[in-house]
Amino acid sequence: MDRFLFLTLDGLSRGAVLAAFALALVLIWRAGRIVNFAQGAMAVAAAYVAYSVTAATGSYWLGFAAALVAGLLLGVVVDVAVMRLVDHRSPLNPVIVALGLVLLIQAVLGMVYGNEYLPARAPFSRTALTVGGTAVLSPYDLFVFGTVGVVGAALVWIFTRTAIGLRMRAAAFAPEVSRLLGVNVGGMLTLGWALASGVGALAGMLVIPTELGLHPHAMDLVFVSAFTAAVVGGLDSPPGAVVGGLGVGLLLSYVSGYAGGDLIPLAVLALLLTVLLLRPGGLFAPVTARRV
Amino acid sequence: MSNDLLRADALAAGYGPVPVLHGVDLSVPLGTITAVIGANGAGKTTLLRTLSGMLRPTAGRILLDGKDLRGTPVEQLVRRGVAHVPEGRGVIGELTVEENLRLGALWRRDRAAAARALDEAYQLFEPLARRRRHLGHQLSGGERQMLALGRALVGRPRLLLLDEPSLGLAPKVVAQTMALLRQLRDDTGLTVLLVEQNVRSALAVADQGIVMSLGRVVLAAPAAQLRDDTDLRHAYLGF
Amino acid sequence: MSATRAVAPPARHAAEPVRPGRSVPTVLRHLAFATGAALVVLVLSYQLDSFRNFQLATVAAYLCATAGLTVLTGLCGQLSLGHGALMATGAYTLALVQNAFAERGLTAGGLLILSLAVAVLATVVVGAVVGVAAARLRGPYLAGLTLAVAVVVPALTVTFNGVFNGEQGLSVPMAPAPRALGPYFPYERWQLWTAAVATLLCLVLLANLVRSRYGRAFRAVRDDEVAARLAGIHVARTQVIAFVVSAASAGLGGALLAVLAQSVSPGAFGLTLSLFLLMAVVIGGLGRLAGAVWGAFLLVALPDLTHSLTSLFTLSPAAAQRLEGNLPLAIFGVTLIVVMIAAPGGVQGLLSRLTGTLRVRWRHHRS
Repeated sequence: MDRFLFLTLDGLSRGAVLAAFALALVLIWRAGRIVNFAQGAMAVAAAYVAYSVTAATGSYWLGFAAALVAGLLLGVVVDVAVMRLVDHRSPLNPVIVALGLVLLIQAVLGMVYGNEYLPARAPFSRTALTVGGTAVLSPYDLFVFGTVGVVGAALVWIFTRTAIGLRMRAAAFAPEVSRLLGVNVGGMLTLGWALASGVGALAGMLVIPTELGLHPHAMDLVFVSAFTAAVVGGLDSPPGAVVGGLGVGLLLSYVSGYAGGDLIPLAVLALLLTVLLLRPGGLFAPVTARRV
Repeated sequence: MSNDLLRADALAAGYGPVPVLHGVDLSVPLGTITAVIGANGAGKTTLLRTLSGMLRPTAGRILLDGKDLRGTPVEQLVRRGVAHVPEGRGVIGELTVEENLRLGALWRRDRAAAARALDEAYQLFEPLARRRRHLGHQLSGGERQMLALGRALVGRPRLLLLDEPSLGLAPKVVAQTMALLRQLRDDTGLTVLLVEQNVRSALAVADQGIVMSLGRVVLAAPAAQLRDDTDLRHAYLGF
Repeated sequence: MSATRAVAPPARHAAEPVRPGRSVPTVLRHLAFATGAALVVLVLSYQLDSFRNFQLATVAAYLCATAGLTVLTGLCGQLSLGHGALMATGAYTLALVQNAFAERGLTAGGLLILSLAVAVLATVVVGAVVGVAAARLRGPYLAGLTLAVAVVVPALTVTFNGVFNGEQGLSVPMAPAPRALGPYFPYERWQLWTAAVATLLCLVLLANLVRSRYGRAFRAVRDDEVAARLAGIHVARTQVIAFVVSAASAGLGGALLAVLAQSVSPGAFGLTLSLFLLMAVVIGGLGRLAGAVWGAFLLVALPDLTHSLTSLFTLSPAAAQRLEGNLPLAIFGVTLIVVMIAAPGGVQGLLSRLTGTLRVRWRHHRS
């Protein structure tokens, strides 16, 4: 029972990060009907920036801030310099271009930093605190919950309460009408990319210390898990992404706790396959399906 | 001449290699209602889309208040005082009534004035006030019409471009809409360019009628004359 | 816009009967072409040194996979990021079968044909499973699923350590070249012959398939699924067939790679390989088998070029190693992006546009 509790809490912590990453995918999907397959590589790039800044200044938090800024900027660059130029009439094109970005970003990181695992520091202890003899959460887990919670709340606030959020939603739902109403649709799309990429960078910063370390391919499996989470929730639904992320996190935690960590990749693939075959619209598919 | 709010000279436009408009000339005097009428495929919607910059003209020029509009991005148009209610009214179904309305005034720097405009819109269209929190796609056709007009008006436009405001609406609602346009013209001096297939109701409120056929302007005349001159009506409108 | 695309292929077909002098059956034409290619390879295998022979054999192995992916993505419109994993399936199956033969003391060279057949068969089974799922998915969902396959399958070699020997991988025992060829026959030349024969066979089969009723069904499904369904084409079945055919080719390609390298390890079949294959197909030109040839050449030539490029500079060994391993990746990535933005038809698309205009001019000239 203790073990179950521990695995559940661990799974929720894993899930919170996946939820943030899935949220980033959903943001871009809603804004531009693109699944950003380069999200993982972009997050890793931001994490390497953090590594360099921390190495130079000795401060984890400066590195953390640098990663977020790098994530935002990378999102802007990717949208303005690459995605804007792609012919979107065939849905294959943006996917292929995003994969080209994956190759490019990972190669550049490999050239600059090498293809070895670099140590990734966690700002808080990852040893679980015990309450009444039961291991529960580590300080790092609490940090993860807090950060993801703050980011989630901030996103909700931006999108539902601010003028810029209203503009972003309008631009995504009805670009032409929005332009007639004076909304800079292209700018809103770029902003969406920046936000999503920033959230992705944050998720990367949170997840990398819990894995093997910093590596150009560090986010490959995380991306697949987060994509699965986004699909479970339905690519169109931000709350779905959060629930999907937590669900996938729990599943992975139980699988690794009861059946062995080696089986995690297989479990992700099996879950993705099952969801796609049984309910491709996701568990939270809206009543009126959008035809894309 | 000098009191024309909008002028188009030898305007040509089309989709890809397909030309739709051929040398269209028109002028819309300040504070009047102009109705562009014509059959399906006459190029009425294309004309509006070209005027508001969504379609790039291949030739000719567009003057708003004597200043060339070419090169003005679509999203700058509201700031120049032009509101365009597109075909199908363009209510964003995923947003609430309130959000749709706010969107219309979002570009305005003067927040207080924008808030006043929003209140006025709710006064003008009572039913909308009762449905503030409802999503756009839950509204009836008539309510959508109100929302689209209200959203255009909160931007305090000088020129209102309307694409088929009567489409799919009950005759009573159409009559209300037209009466409202006339009222706005008389009270606030709003200039309106509307495109219609519903010739009778359009000519009932318009000051000027422009008949289009196959991408050309074939006749521009005072609306009263088009309404009353049987020969003209027979020749150009077929009734 | 989809309407214009749907109209385009029939127009091309209609143009074909204009050339009445060329009524040679398609199969014969393809066989003749393959024979010609075989002769060229034969001559080359004596002209080139052993290293180039080996490289050419690698091109042949990649060509199987890129041709298969061309059929799937270019002709049937399904994106697969999982072909690296399918190649891994073929390679590991071949390794396991060859090892099983060796353990039983069976070392005859002819058994390789059997091993290749088993490898293709195993990949067909895996391809059918993924293909059935894929036939129900569209766009980013399909890409995501196949991406998951590409990431997860190589990781399975570690999960099932006992069979696949983890990161170490397996060695592939190979018989030497036949004694009839003489004692000094270079082994690389023999490798090239083996790979070239298998690849040409695969290409002839694919080329015939593309020109057959199935090929037309593939294109119809790609251009407009609804129209294809209305025309009586079973869309899901067509997509599964395309996936299985494509998987079989990739499996053969992977098995040939294992034959050439005489070993298999998960590192060679990671996500990067899948992305490479996609890049090769896109650069060559989506939907054109001839484009697959360009792509396969690039896959082998580009790393070689960057190797000679980096050796021009004097770098510390560590830096040189980083650069050498990653520069090709960077070039591939940039090429992928640039080609997709600037010339979605790829190299072969540019070429055929060029020859097309030349042909039209020539015809004008004659009439």
